[in-house]
Amino acid sequence: MIRVSLPAHLRTLSGVTGEVQLELAPPITQRRVLDALEARFPMLEGTIRDHFTKERRAFLRFFACQEDLSHESPDAPLPDAVVRGEEPYLVVGAMAGG
Amino acid sequence: MSGVRVLVGTKKGAFILTSDGKRDKWTVDGPHFAGWEIYHMKGSPKDPNRLYASQTSGWFGQVVERSNDAGKTWEAVGNKFEYEGEVGTHQFYDGTPKPWAFKRVWHLEPSLTDPDTVYAGIEDASIFKSTDAGATWQELPGLRNHGKGQLWQPGAGGMCLHTIILDPTNPKRMYIAISAAGAFRTDDGGVTWKPINKGLKSLYELPDPDAEVGHCVHRIAMHPSRPNTLFMQKHWDVMRSDDAGDNWRDIGGNLPTDFGFPIDVHAHEPETIYVVPIKSDSEHFVPDGKLRVFRSKTGGNEWEALTKGLPQSDCYVNVLRDAMAVDQLDKCGIYFGTSGGQVYASADAGDSWNPIVRDLPGVLSVEVQTLP
Repeated sequence: MIRVSLPAHLRTLSGVTGEVQLELAPPITQRRVLDALEARFPMLEGTIRDHFTKERRAFLRFFACQEDLSHESPDAPLPDAVVRGEEPYLVVGAMAGG
Repeated sequence: MSGVRVLVGTKKGAFILTSDGKRDKWTVDGPHFAGWEIYHMKGSPKDPNRLYASQTSGWFGQVVERSNDAGKTWEAVGNKFEYEGEVGTHQFYDGTPKPWAFKRVWHLEPSLTDPDTVYAGIEDASIFKSTDAGATWQELPGLRNHGKGQLWQPGAGGMCLHTIILDPTNPKRMYIAISAAGAFRTDDGGVTWKPINKGLKSLYELPDPDAEVGHCVHRIAMHPSRPNTLFMQKHWDVMRSDDAGDNWRDIGGNLPTDFGFPIDVHAHEPETIYVVPIKSDSEHFVPDGKLRVFRSKTGGNEWEALTKGLPQSDCYVNVLRDAMAVDQLDKCGIYFGTSGGQVYASADAGDSWNPIVRDLPGVLSVEVQTLP
């Protein structure tokens, strides 16, 4: 079970409270987690990644286990602690805008 | 008794203001979509409970919301705006070619006859259409292809398609306007388009007096009983056309400044029009610290300042292009919102004004529904 933490605005948009829990078979990568997240909550399509390029939106960051994964390959395996559900995968709104 | 519903988009959410036909006591509902920029919100003329809203954010991009119950509940619908075919390029600020890229929806214009059909004006400028209540969107690519889109260049506010006017007497005819590109018309339901900018003059921004595109049109308004007569607030200049945009003439007359953003037409008097003059392109606030709506009852040239109830000292707000609207009651109600978060209403065609609310986030758009 993968735990995903969304920023407040996206929790409101998707109507969730707390973390999202996703059941995913290996390999567990950022791309597969986000694909599963968007499949379950279609209103999130385009709000985290570009609709067409699937690139991360400029002012969002991805973290897990105290590490910034924003620039990692979307197909790289996520840390074991995320795969085991011990740590959440974090989608974070960057501090930007003054 | 009939009533009105005022749909207000702000920099930090949407608000719905309602009143009965007297328009003296108001209920304020909101914020909806708190924290998001609501560029525009508009109801279907066919089904007033059907509302559409453009919700956008620098962080999270574009969301389109739809309500089927007058804004009590909302549902996020389609937000995928994919340009048709070869995307091509427009010009960047420095004149170099730049590929088109979707940024946000500036304006949503529901069909006059079908609640499930709605048009979206977007940045980078194009027009999209949905026939399934916003679930999916298709570009009308003829605008970019026939409208010389390769020559368009963004203005300071972005290359936005902000005005969509549907001709109530001819379902094949539409007008649109784009900042720093100009006005365009289709007579075949959006398949082909032509620039309609003859007579516009932009001496400093656009030295070529015969330039077909490149004029910074801020807003166009039309009275439904006279669909060939258009009124335009350009960057500088207030203009008029009586031949469906083929030719324009200046009607700025005695305005204190002819720079501004919104322009609108009285619901029952097609020669009565309203503007809010702004000091200049470099000082986006009302001149002399006075918030004045100017009204012409002669279709332009002769203007009177409307000041009763509006601040006449130390006021330095702006009124954006989509932030003025009229209701259909008698007397006609006029509404506008300011960059300072005030929404003013006049229940007597502009003779006197009262604030409905004073302290909202900066207002981006105002639309009015007249309820049975």
